[in-house]
Amino acid sequence: MKGTFRNSNRDFSNTPNREQRVVVAMSGGVDSSVAAALLVAQGYDVVGMMMRLWNEPGDRQNVQFNRCCTPDQMRDARRIADQLSIPFYVLDVKEYFYETIVQLFIDEHLAGRTPNPCIECNRQIRFTYLLEQALSLGADCLATGHYARVRKVNDKFDLLKGVDYNKDQSYVLHVLNQDQLAKVRFPVGMYRKEEVRDLARQFQLPVAGKHDSQDLCFVADGNYRRFLEKNSDKAANPGSIVTDSGKVLGNHKGLSFYTIGQRKGLGISASQPLYVLNKDINTNSLVVGPREALGKRKLTAVGVNWIDGLQPEESKLLDIKIRYKAKPVKGFVSEGGSGQILVRFTESVFGITPGQGVVFYDDELCLGGGIIADSGPTEVAAPGSVAHKDQ
Amino acid sequence: MSRPLIYLDHGASTPVHPQVLEVMMPFWTEAYGNPSSFHRLGRAAAHAVEIARESIARQLNARPNELIFTSCGSESDNLALRGVLFAARANVGRDHLIISQIEHSAISNTAIQLRDKFGFELTILPVDHYGRVSLDQLESAIRPNTALISIMAANNEVGTLQPVQDIGRLARESNILFHTDAVQAIATRNWDMQELQIDLMSIAPHKFYGPKGIGILYVRDGVILEPSLTGGGQEEGRRAGTENTPYIVGAAEAFRLTQEMLPDWENHYRSLRDRLISGITSALEPDCILTGHPQERLPHNASFAFRNISGNDLLMHLDLAGIAASSGSACMSGDPKPSATLLALGLDKEWAAGGLRLTVGLQNNMEEIDFVVSTIPHITEKLWQLNNALQRTA
Repeated sequence: MKGTFRNSNRDFSNTPNREQRVVVAMSGGVDSSVAAALLVAQGYDVVGMMMRLWNEPGDRQNVQFNRCCTPDQMRDARRIADQLSIPFYVLDVKEYFYETIVQLFIDEHLAGRTPNPCIECNRQIRFTYLLEQALSLGADCLATGHYARVRKVNDKFDLLKGVDYNKDQSYVLHVLNQDQLAKVRFPVGMYRKEEVRDLARQFQLPVAGKHDSQDLCFVADGNYRRFLEKNSDKAANPGSIVTDSGKVLGNHKGLSFYTIGQRKGLGISASQPLYVLNKDINTNSLVVGPREALGKRKLTAVGVNWIDGLQPEESKLLDIKIRYKAKPVKGFVSEGGSGQILVRFTESVFGITPGQGVVFYDDELCLGGGIIADSGPTEVAAPGSVAHKDQ
Repeated sequence: MSRPLIYLDHGASTPVHPQVLEVMMPFWTEAYGNPSSFHRLGRAAAHAVEIARESIARQLNARPNELIFTSCGSESDNLALRGVLFAARANVGRDHLIISQIEHSAISNTAIQLRDKFGFELTILPVDHYGRVSLDQLESAIRPNTALISIMAANNEVGTLQPVQDIGRLARESNILFHTDAVQAIATRNWDMQELQIDLMSIAPHKFYGPKGIGILYVRDGVILEPSLTGGGQEEGRRAGTENTPYIVGAAEAFRLTQEMLPDWENHYRSLRDRLISGITSALEPDCILTGHPQERLPHNASFAFRNISGNDLLMHLDLAGIAASSGSACMSGDPKPSATLLALGLDKEWAAGGLRLTVGLQNNMEEIDFVVSTIPHITEKLWQLNNALQRTA
């Protein structure tokens, strides 16, 4: 019976004879698809992987475009992997993602903070769980489609901004340590977004025109207020809207539905525009005031990671980002006691929001960061100081 | 280092045998007529279809008119269940169906739809820890309005054989029709439909070196079927649609080969399968067990469960190592659930997510099997280590 078959099925089965295996995290979007294509072009033994994260059940019509892990995104990623002739696997991380990231998102909001789930996902899942999976598959490293760069200097790894500063994602990668940086790659970090789209066209990837993905990948319609109300019975907890001096102006629907710096949708009328200054969890009151009162010159942060393991000198003037899309501002960092750091700005900074990351830079070098715990006392903006708007 | 793929997923599909491919070829571009056409090209095609039908009938010791060609095993299952139940309800007022807990989804999902959307009654029989139904339980499930018993000849996942002869006898004594999904079992034994008391049987040629896209349903003379695909009256009005001549001819050739070569092929399967079973279980006990019946199982099926390992992870590592396998719990979309079959066999969640099915075929050799036997313990060791590492990070 031997020899009755031509071994035709064996032609498909070439295990690539390449030294280095790289697992690339694929989302079906432009950036990770181009990352995969670049690695293939560079001759690596590339394995595509997608994490199936938890997301809110929703009917198909109401699901926003470019959400993570939808059947469409999965089909796109698989389509790209097949086109590149690389294996593609989907990892089930739903339960773990819910327990860590989604639950934390809800809890932090209930505690009066505004978390950035991407930071926690990178800390607790992507560069831990997925990286471990990749290494166990015999990979030397894990690649993602982030706009950032890793530079090796002697035995040390630096995290640098992506060359496209508008797209730079080092902010959400500030949680990485030396061990992790030694094993990650960001193939698109050295390109501008337009160049990445061009590359997608050159590689004939059918994703070149796709929109960027959303930050809140697990919220069906991107509306986090609706999400909180639906997923926590504690979110809708009405209380008072008060001024700094305690004067009651109206009622709020639940502190977690508001963010620091918010002006619209407060449902109060006043002679001047009023902004959310603070969320007082103890009295369940939403503190509002004039824009000037939003300006702060200090903050404290927890959960701090320094990428090279060392906190910068107190005298070193740093560039500091207080949220993903904020322009950097100047300031200094020092010990804040009990594991915290104290950040002092050289000018008033508007919209410091507990729960968001604070990330430190020396020019293009990302030094590390932490999670904002609290902002310092209000500093009336000095004449001539610039209000830092979000981009 | 480049290593050829080791294909151990013959339970999913098989390559088309070169001899099968050869007999199919003329029907693409030469004898391409529609078998229903009046002219000579039509007659040539119709003749080829009937010769194929006769050939399969001969192998089964059945009559040619007892064979209906369909598009796949799932369609054969659908036609059997829907065809019998709709006809029985209309003609004799019987509307009860009995299936087992570990049927292929083509049976179980059809049965559930018939119950939930069409008002039929359904009994789902449990199985023992080998996956076998109990004749006593079957007998007590029979009601005056039972129209059909559908129990698979062999389980697709764990390979356990059901006592189809005994089930057929019981069904016949009770004046109830008996259908068996023989998609996995068909090529692993000989069948004498005059002796076996099977009234309907589903067959899928791509499981035995025939083409995909064709199925066969054996329907004993006298069984009344309500057609589920209506149209031009082909297959004696029981399944409309232009006959797929090349596939039908290929199916017959594949079946002929399978039945004639059976003793040789079966010995080959058994020796490879037994080596897989003894090699893997002896290396990994007690964290790996054989699933299904140790003796009463398909000769080409070696199925296992691993403690605290996800079948998805295992398949991923095997794939990268160049070994093609499958798992009852794995799925392409990363949404694995514990295998319903393994749960039905009484395995708990710790085991039921970690099923692995290795199904050997003609072109496998002992060298490949030895490689697989030596590779799997390395992979499972890595996965257990990974689980520990992940638990530490969590």
